[in-house]
Amino acid sequence: MATNLLDIVEATQLKDDLPEFGPGDTVVVHLRVVEGDKERIQKYEGVVMQKRGSGSNTTFTVRKISSGIGVERIFPVHSPRIAQIDVKRQGHVRRARLNYLRERTGKSARIRARKTN
Amino acid sequence: MSSGLIGKKIGMTSVFDDAGNNIACTVIEAGPNLVTQVKTEDGPDGYSAVQLAFDSKPEKNTTKAMQGHFASAGTEPKRKVIEFDRAGDDLKRGDELHPDDVFEEGELIDVVGISKGKGFQGVVKRHGFSGVGMRTHGQSDQQRHPGSVGASADPSRVFKGTRMGGRMGTDRTMIKNLEVVRILPDHNAVLVKGSVPGAKNSYVELHKK
Repeated sequence: MATNLLDIVEATQLKDDLPEFGPGDTVVVHLRVVEGDKERIQKYEGVVMQKRGSGSNTTFTVRKISSGIGVERIFPVHSPRIAQIDVKRQGHVRRARLNYLRERTGKSARIRARKTN
Repeated sequence: MSSGLIGKKIGMTSVFDDAGNNIACTVIEAGPNLVTQVKTEDGPDGYSAVQLAFDSKPEKNTTKAMQGHFASAGTEPKRKVIEFDRAGDDLKRGDELHPDDVFEEGELIDVVGISKGKGFQGVVKRHGFSGVGMRTHGQSDQQRHPGSVGASADPSRVFKGTRMGGRMGTDRTMIKNLEVVRILPDHNAVLVKGSVPGAKNSYVELHKK
């Protein structure tokens, strides 16, 4: 019973319309931004560096180069502030944490596309 | 109505509120609580209160006296029996209380639990002393020591109540003004913002303000 109730509480938080994505994928995160009493959608596009946690606590890190400066943002996967996640490109990577991207720019920071068949 | 409920700490998780904020909260299973006795101002007890019981246990683990007490309330034996203040005359023996009867979302409540035992702890952890504070000037092995505990020939003793190392934890602790984030009536679950004293599966009291 004990752990069960925790799972029930977490299940109320989960989204069921999430696409499958992982490290190396290029995603577009549609964020709900509230300005005053208006709400608009802001897009944030980048490479998923890692996905961590479980249940309603899952988060993922997206890295992009914004006007020459590397930016990393961490999003909770199930946050209601995320309106939508689009997977733009699936990348072929050999590890779960892509921290090596931080030391790389330009050509060496490219990620090969994953072959789908 | 009762001024509180008995619950069981299940564990911690986080939920999103309407604005999208991620709120850390403790899940407490608080019900069904059974009314085993109602005390009234003009009755033999001379004060107003309600006795609640929570969490069933086998009859063979119950004393004869408590078996009789539960039988007269028409309930099976319970592990935890606690008295709460009472407001109004709407409760009678054998009534079941659920979290949504007593609490509402957004309300501030006090939560009482028995804190986790820490064992024998020194003064730095137990009383927040800062330790000796340096490693040089002869303090080679005293970083977390209490320092002096008193004066010299006068009074030539250590005053009572001087804070020293000792057993820490397993104290009855009340955390005040915790917000009720959510109530799940189907599962008798109360989600309280922040942490609550005690280990998982320990009993806690939820008190209305």
